[in-house]
Amino acid sequence: MEAKRFPYQLIKTDTPPFWMRPLIPVLILLTTFLITAGLILTARANPFQAYYYFLISPLSSQVSFLEVLVKATPLMLTGVAVTFAFATGYYNIGAEGQLYAGAIAAAWLGIVLGGLPPLIALPLMIIGGFLAGMAWALIPALLKVRLAVDEVVTTLLMNSIMAYIVSAILNGPWRDPTSGWPQSPEIAESTMFFKLIPRSRLHFGFIVGLIAIAVLWFVLTQTSFGLKMRAVGLGKPAAQFAGISVGRTTLIAALISGGIAGIAGVSEVAGIQYHLIGDLSANYGYTGVIIATLGGLNAIGVFVASLFFGLIDTGAQTVSRAMGVPVYLGQVTQAVMLLVALGMYLLQRYRIVRRV
Amino acid sequence: MEVFIVNLIAATFRVSTPIVLAAIGETYSERAGILNLGIEGIMYFGAFVGFLTADKSGSLWLGLLVAILSGILFGLLMGLFTVTLGVNQHVSGLGITLLLSGLTLFAFRLFYGGRSTPPSIPSFQTLKILPDNPILGPILSQYWLTYVTFLVIVPLAWWILYRTNFGLKIRSVGENPEAVDAAGISVPAVRYAALAIGGGLMAAGGAFLSLFQLGAFTHGIISGRGWVAIAIVIFGNWHPIRVMLGGLIFGGTFALQLRLQAMGLQLPIPYETFLALPYVVTIIALVIAGRNASYPAALLKPYRRE
Repeated sequence: MEAKRFPYQLIKTDTPPFWMRPLIPVLILLTTFLITAGLILTARANPFQAYYYFLISPLSSQVSFLEVLVKATPLMLTGVAVTFAFATGYYNIGAEGQLYAGAIAAAWLGIVLGGLPPLIALPLMIIGGFLAGMAWALIPALLKVRLAVDEVVTTLLMNSIMAYIVSAILNGPWRDPTSGWPQSPEIAESTMFFKLIPRSRLHFGFIVGLIAIAVLWFVLTQTSFGLKMRAVGLGKPAAQFAGISVGRTTLIAALISGGIAGIAGVSEVAGIQYHLIGDLSANYGYTGVIIATLGGLNAIGVFVASLFFGLIDTGAQTVSRAMGVPVYLGQVTQAVMLLVALGMYLLQRYRIVRRV
Repeated sequence: MEVFIVNLIAATFRVSTPIVLAAIGETYSERAGILNLGIEGIMYFGAFVGFLTADKSGSLWLGLLVAILSGILFGLLMGLFTVTLGVNQHVSGLGITLLLSGLTLFAFRLFYGGRSTPPSIPSFQTLKILPDNPILGPILSQYWLTYVTFLVIVPLAWWILYRTNFGLKIRSVGENPEAVDAAGISVPAVRYAALAIGGGLMAAGGAFLSLFQLGAFTHGIISGRGWVAIAIVIFGNWHPIRVMLGGLIFGGTFALQLRLQAMGLQLPIPYETFLALPYVVTIIALVIAGRNASYPAALLKPYRRE
């Protein structure tokens, strides 16, 4: 005997209603901004005016538009990194730590490679960062593949360990001797990423990000390895049955993921800061998880999501400057958008029907 | 040496309290089949909202209560995504952590501006038991919530999970939800209840830091303690008593590092080594426990009646 039951239930549908598909992103945006409007009101600001500064004003001048691309650069890279892992069903939450591993490598190479011409130095910086991020991703990946240790927990813990390593380096051997600041010495000029447009902050890292997006697209859709990745991601037993080596595929995807996250660290050191600093990354590694999820684990989606999040980050600074709304509105908006999208994607796959 | 050890033991219990509270909360959630990665954010928000309430109302008790209520609320929000909507638990948990850390920093800036020194309030004081005894005095001089955690919350969690009907239901929805459903028990209701209890405990852990230990709120107040709690739950094999022991081991290492640093000892290795040590130990423990770890069978699996 059942007590009173909720009068509506979810019924699974294989094909969402055709009018739903284009509507979903619009619904996600509207719901997100409806929720964040409440927050803007608590800061005693006019939501409509805030949204203007948030979404329109960064696109209205060249300087701020380029800034959107600057902010999108690390997100493209961490988004691609996380997608490589998640598409294979390997939940790498460690992009944050892997980013710093790449950043340490870049800060070191940026000094060691000082004498080399940029044409040789820059590729070496990127390869170095890739290897460093890969090395940091290797431990949890091996533990997962060989000993079945849950990667979510180990990658999270590796992030914390990396934070202490960075702190130890910056407070120890690399503490700036003149200023006493915890930051590494400035990298050589020839290892700095060149600017794409003079008098802007947009640097070579953006091109690297675009290449990463293209590589992700190519691997996922045009190679047999991409097919294996997606097969493993969809279900390990089935992939195994189809003759795919699940362990090998997972390991390679996890290492590529760590390597690309490492490049994000290189890009921030060589393109923006020119030093290793403790707060080099504004949660880029974790935001990469959001980008990958919102982007539907595909290259185009990750690209669009990174640009949009770059817009939100730039917009949040504009709102903060112009209206005094705390800049953290950006992070909140991104998280709300993720949660709303999670709910909405489900609506796409289920229909609400009245119980009979 | 004697003073050193006595102080170390005293500090171990103090430092472990927030971790154990949060880890017991996570134990409830995972036993019911939900990995709650929102833990870090729930602790952070709990620490802040508890502090804010105490600061504005002048009541530490009200602060603690509001913190716990916020934890329950966000535990239920985790339930909305993972139980009702059945979406990926990693992503929704991480989303809640990012939401709550953003929300906390937003609200902090709104209420306290961009000041350089963290605002502080008079915090709860330690209980003075046998203050004249040179050994037991310092060890027993703890906050009341530390006593409640180790003497009530941990044993109660064991008793509830292993000796009550409700606990049996929690463990069953984490192992075999189909059977629970067949027995006419609502799987979602049990999972929501476990998440609510869990969220409340996590937020209490966060509030312990701001209302008891520090009497202040700082940006780095939680700094990964939630992730440690997650690891300790696996280390403790989802058993409250063993989870508590894991928490004490972590607290011990952390307290040792604090003591050594406070003594101004010049060590040949950076003090960060000690800070990172518990994380390394936990990973090693996971490797050792890996083969024997008895994950709740339905962990990470949404339940939907076909």
